[in-house]
Amino acid sequence: MIVQVFRRELLLAWRRPGDTLLPLAFFVIVGSLFPLGVGAEPALLHAIGPGVVWIAAVLATLLGLPRLFAADQHSGALEQLLLSPTPLALLVGAKITAQWLTCGLPLALAAPVLALAFGLNFADLAVLLAGLLLGTPLLYLLGAISAALTLGLRGGGALLGLLVLPLYVPVLIFGAGAVQAAAQGFGAGANLSLLAAMLVLATVFAPWAAAAALRISLD
Amino acid sequence: MFGPTLDRYAAPKFFYPLAGRLVPWLGTLAAALLLLGATWGLVLAPADYQQGDSYRIIFIHVPAAWLSMLTYMVMAGGAFVFLVWRMKLADMLAKCCAPLGAAFTALTLVTGSLWGKPMWGTWWAWDARLTSELVLLFLYLGVIALRGAIEEPQRAGRATALLTLVGVVNIPIIHFSVDWWNTLHQPASLTRLDGPAIHPAMLTPLLLMIAGFTVYFVAVLLQRMRCEILERERDARWLVELDAP
Repeated sequence: MIVQVFRRELLLAWRRPGDTLLPLAFFVIVGSLFPLGVGAEPALLHAIGPGVVWIAAVLATLLGLPRLFAADQHSGALEQLLLSPTPLALLVGAKITAQWLTCGLPLALAAPVLALAFGLNFADLAVLLAGLLLGTPLLYLLGAISAALTLGLRGGGALLGLLVLPLYVPVLIFGAGAVQAAAQGFGAGANLSLLAAMLVLATVFAPWAAAAALRISLD
Repeated sequence: MFGPTLDRYAAPKFFYPLAGRLVPWLGTLAAALLLLGATWGLVLAPADYQQGDSYRIIFIHVPAAWLSMLTYMVMAGGAFVFLVWRMKLADMLAKCCAPLGAAFTALTLVTGSLWGKPMWGTWWAWDARLTSELVLLFLYLGVIALRGAIEEPQRAGRATALLTLVGVVNIPIIHFSVDWWNTLHQPASLTRLDGPAIHPAMLTPLLLMIAGFTVYFVAVLLQRMRCEILERERDARWLVELDAP
């Protein structure tokens, strides 16, 4: 059942490439708006680069979150998942994993290209990529809880942003902090370890909380 | 889980008159404590050797900050009890806490910024505690907004409760992360292992103000819960009978 849900999600994403490409395009566009807004001073861009990439990644994730459960709710598939004998948390976990693979992973892989435009060197790019590989699944795990809570509500999109962005604060701090620490010669190990620790915590608890939220929303 | 006595008072029918009897006493006590603490702190306490008279905003700032966090903990307690035991009163408690907590948090931010201008020379600094307090305000606003967006009270209560508990897990992480990120704020002066780092002449009025704020919070909370009970149980028979004579 878990494998089937997972494959179904991947298949759906494959047949609707727009769902993957749109957040990706959004990510690149948000990132390229910053130099237009703050000026193209190379030193400034180099300083804000990691933060800009991270903020763009957070916003692009936010863009895709409402879709996580909405389509399944419309088609009725979500209620079938709720009725299934397989624990709902595991099925939600499979959905989140598939969503990350189709939206989060491409984002993380595209990030170094965007960061190059901000003049980051290759060592910093590696740290940025490592941080995003650890951080983007975290964004989806935390986001799934809020997406489940706001499922089918009026003005759900704006509400989702209000609920989820405060929870993203630590991810943003450690993710962008890793690159800054590496650039200043402190090494990114501490920041990346903390991100990994949060990822482990969220992997255990977030699907469970999102499943509880889904049950409340579809009550 | 709860003894029969607590169960009895957890029913709105018994809680309503009980809270009604407590509110005037608590209100009077809060007024007395606040009056005493404010007079002591603003007039009688000595001026600070470094900050002069402007430190006196501490008598509002610190109690408000304490309450901003205490309220979240009370709200989370209510949310937990409601999610686990489906106790209606706990949901009302959580609901009534949210605007109070948001108000205390906003008060903390405003007084902090007024204090920051003469002391640090800036209204706002991206300092760890300021930032965590700001995030706390966002969490409160999220809780209020989520409840407002869901029409059905039972579902609204459960969804909000879940969000509140997710917030509780996150608050220490957020606080720690922001702490790591940037610190300008002075370290805690009250809760230290080697005793408070503040002169007794200033400490006493500060503790009076903290007590006053807390009692005020409880009094207002009870009053709000009475209103909430009236609204939700407006068709209940005990309420109609209460009104009859």
